[in-house]
Amino acid sequence: MAALRRQAQAVGAIMSETRLETRGLTRHFGALVAVTGIDFKLAAGARHALIGPNGAGKTTFINLLTGVLQPSHGSVLLGGKDITATAQAERVKLGIARTFQINRLFRGLSVLENVYIPVAERMGVAPSMFNPAGKRTDVIEEAMYLLEVLRLGDVAQHRVSELAYGRQRLVELAIAIGLRPGVLLLDEPAAGVPSAESHIILDAIERLPEDIAVLIIEHDMDVVFRFAKRVTVMVSGAIFAEGTPKEIEANPEVRAVYLGQAGARAGDHA
Amino acid sequence: MSASATSAESTSFAARINHPAARALIERHRLRWWEVLPWIAAIAGYFIFPGYLGFGTELLVAILFALSLDLALGYAGIITLGHAAFFGAGAYTVGMLADHGVWSEPITGLMLAALVAAIVGLLSGLVLLRTRGLTLLMLTICSMALLEQAANMAHDYTGGFDGLPNLPITPIFGVFNFNPLYNNTQYLYALAVLLACFVFVRTLVYSPFGQSLTGIRENLLRMHAVGAPVRRRLIICYTLSAAIAGIAGGLWAQVNAYVNLSSLDLDRAATVLIVLILGGYGRLYGAFVGAVVYLALEHFLARIYPTAWQLGLGILLVFIALFARNGILGLGEALWRRYGGRHKPSAPS
Ligand SMILES: Nc1ncnc2c1ncn2[C@@H]1O[C@H](COP(=O)(O)OP(=O)(O)OP(=O)(O)O)[C@@H](O)[C@H]1O
Ligand SMILES: [Mg+2]
Repeated sequence: MAALRRQAQAVGAIMSETRLETRGLTRHFGALVAVTGIDFKLAAGARHALIGPNGAGKTTFINLLTGVLQPSHGSVLLGGKDITATAQAERVKLGIARTFQINRLFRGLSVLENVYIPVAERMGVAPSMFNPAGKRTDVIEEAMYLLEVLRLGDVAQHRVSELAYGRQRLVELAIAIGLRPGVLLLDEPAAGVPSAESHIILDAIERLPEDIAVLIIEHDMDVVFRFAKRVTVMVSGAIFAEGTPKEIEANPEVRAVYLGQAGARAGDHA
Repeated sequence: MSASATSAESTSFAARINHPAARALIERHRLRWWEVLPWIAAIAGYFIFPGYLGFGTELLVAILFALSLDLALGYAGIITLGHAAFFGAGAYTVGMLADHGVWSEPITGLMLAALVAAIVGLLSGLVLLRTRGLTLLMLTICSMALLEQAANMAHDYTGGFDGLPNLPITPIFGVFNFNPLYNNTQYLYALAVLLACFVFVRTLVYSPFGQSLTGIRENLLRMHAVGAPVRRRLIICYTLSAAIAGIAGGLWAQVNAYVNLSSLDLDRAATVLIVLILGGYGRLYGAFVGAVVYLALEHFLARIYPTAWQLGLGILLVFIALFARNGILGLGEALWRRYGGRHKPSAPS
């Protein structure tokens, strides 16, 4: 892991401070323009939040970054290299990992197996056909370590679908971290998690290696202001404002468009 | 449930490896005592029911075919109703080579059957596995029907509708003859082939590759998102599954000394699917249980109620679909978990 980090730092130093970049990124769904003309930079080691009202295009943006969707126009660059045409799985190998807004887990498998799969994939173990999966204690050990960090050790043997939603959310995060990405994209990681447990997720995110570039979509403003060093506000598929949390908080237009609404919504939930 | 409360830093490598969940995964592939029972039963059957060895051979072939389907459908989640295409490819490989005097040695014959079926599986997989779900289901049926028509039309080589009877299969190791009146050789030969293929499949499903197949089955989209080359894995799995189905087909042709169109028709493809669903898919031994139950029903019920036995089968399938989605084995596991005394957390495959 140290080697990985060193290599990542070297790359960051040589190329530029920017890890991930988009230029004029646009995506239509028929007549609907979900994402339009986004010029965005994610710095190495960034703690960057992406906020915006429902339907603003945040998830679509992540889908474009990860290759789940192809853009209508524009390009995605990783470390200065154009990866717009690179397939999703290849981008993962290049170090882009994500979590999903709605859990996408291996529901019939145990919690441990859910984390074994990405770790084995990253280590290049997965194509091996004639040795038992259990022989790779290095994979198992690392998966168990991740589960312990996320306080999932006690349910490691349970089928993941038997877990409460909040704890499934932790497995979702464990799968992404198990890929040891250079760029981590988190789509509302704490959504649906009881507040008593959300700190486990936030702690884990805060303890990620510093050189990882993290982009987090989050509706909870407390989390955004605690975690992020930079905030981008998206409205109707376009970037509406960008700045430090203080600047965003003080921006009257942002307050009008978004923060007031979020406050109202938080009120609804309460 | 011991290591969980302590913080991650204070636990060691050894503690993590000794966690019950880790131990379960580390020991998952180890042979359990009951796994020898089917083989003991098969050998005991040889001595106890010498009059039923023909039926027994048929059963062993059915298990092998269902096992091949389990690899593709049960583990990788490839929904197919065209698996008889590979069974037929293997059967016709053995049949045509023997009938035209090219090759009649049984063991190498099976290897050729596996090879041809694997090629058919690879080529069709390259095209078909771009699709999922119902589209895939339809395409598998179509490609099987195509092959059946080809076999029907190439009368000079395949015997067309009549097939190829009286195949001259040479004795195994030049010594053990396939006697059509006594099925002793056929039975033991089929058992040996099944055992070899079973060891292969069992090794495969407990490997990291097998684990990634279950990942594809459980969540295809997530598998892309962890960087797995999903399509390549599916094609490899489909090809291996086809090869084993081809061995089953070749074996069927050898022990019966004939091959005909029934080896690659929809009826056979549907039957193997029913066998697997009946027994329980994605759990290796479902093929065994399903084949025993299905063939026993067919063999004995059909004798007593020639017209109505399929009604009984239908009712059984409806019951399975409604109350035991994981087949007879899954039902057994659920009952064991509930009434078996110990409340163990579920340890899925
Ligand atoms: N696959 C799709 N096909 C058609 N329309 C889509 C698709 N995905 C998203 N959209 C539309 O694009 C717009 C942006 O959706 P997106 O999910 O990116 O918003 P979001 O900012 O993530 O919202 P939320 O906060 O609710 O998650 C919405 O109007 C949505 O209905
Ligand atoms: Mg979203």
